[in-house]
Amino acid sequence: MDPKQEAIKELLIKMADDQLIIGHRHSEWIGLGPILEEDIALASIAQDKVGQSYTLFQLLHDQFGTADPDTMGFLRAENEYRCCHLVEYPNGEYDFSLIRHFLFDHAEYHRFDMLQASAFEPIRGIARKFKSEIKYHILHADVWVRRLGTGTEESHQRMQAALETAFPLALGIFEPSPYEQVLIEENIFPGEDALRQRWLETIQPILEEASLQMPDPSSIEPAYGGRRGYHTEHLAPLLEEMSWTLRYDPEAERW
Amino acid sequence: MVTEQDVWKALEQVYDPEIPELSVVDLGMILSVDVAPDGKAVKVVFTPTFAACPAIPVIKEDIAAKIRELLPVESVTVEVSYDQPWNSNRITERGRQILKQRGFAPPPHVTAEIELEVLHTVPCPYCGSTNTELQTPFGPTLCRAIHYCHNCHQSFEQFKPVM
Repeated sequence: MDPKQEAIKELLIKMADDQLIIGHRHSEWIGLGPILEEDIALASIAQDKVGQSYTLFQLLHDQFGTADPDTMGFLRAENEYRCCHLVEYPNGEYDFSLIRHFLFDHAEYHRFDMLQASAFEPIRGIARKFKSEIKYHILHADVWVRRLGTGTEESHQRMQAALETAFPLALGIFEPSPYEQVLIEENIFPGEDALRQRWLETIQPILEEASLQMPDPSSIEPAYGGRRGYHTEHLAPLLEEMSWTLRYDPEAERW
Repeated sequence: MVTEQDVWKALEQVYDPEIPELSVVDLGMILSVDVAPDGKAVKVVFTPTFAACPAIPVIKEDIAAKIRELLPVESVTVEVSYDQPWNSNRITERGRQILKQRGFAPPPHVTAEIELEVLHTVPCPYCGSTNTELQTPFGPTLCRAIHYCHNCHQSFEQFKPVM
């Protein structure tokens, strides 16, 4: 396959993997959310993510002949996944889940905004669609980050601590792909650096409004490795749990 | 011989699985209808309201089944496409009336990206008051938000604006 095709494929797989894994993490809040509306919100966001992941795997299947979405989503080896470490971490407390959702969705929003103009035409409409869905995720995250950042002394401290934990992981979203140059030169995607820049410009003022101190990205080692198949110890058990039913009877026609 | 118009008429009888009466045409989901020159093969392309809508496979099957039931065709192809992604402005006037009759607030016409402001003071589908409040943009399905009317003291659902 030529480098351009490989570059597009790699980009789509990491996006699909990120959406799938964070979708599963969000779904783990069902029944446990701090209030009923949050349960429903996180369940809805989880559903969107998993559906978007499915759509990307279907596109990969149609355009590049990869396996069907279920096989790609549930039956690959752990080191074949290309998700970033941020999405792999267990939910922890609500503060971590919320700040992760905030940091991740602002990056995704800009990623799909950029892809609306991609030279890879089949992604354009999908990117526009996803962007309109992710907009609701951002509205949700922003409201809660502002509210808890400026809430009580405890809520503020917990949000600040969660931000400091999640920030190096979030910088790992932008781990450069081996095809970065190809993607940029072929006008497929403006690149992880450009995305990171737009992301920082967006989140900084919101964090300020929330009275939260954004860590200095230049002084932090980003959590890289996920895009090359090196994952945290949290991914394997999650994949095991996600795929257990399917592995139990891969030939089943109905569940 | 089957014409495109016949197919559109048949599609008016394919309904949202959760809101009978609201057709896929009124929802603005149909992107194109093609009929082969001999009238024997039909192709319908539709676009989902949300990528994660669990009704996509059901709607796909319903479209094919309804066309086969009503029209003398030999083959029906139904495809899902995001080339012209769905937005809530695509819901027809008739669709908006049906939503209201069923107790759902229709989405406002939107011209820009959704901000929280457009989700406030949505007219109540029961009493028409705009003394209403957004409870949560995430309702029982991806396409619905939950509001509360301070005038008639009832919760109501809204078909979410999507742009």
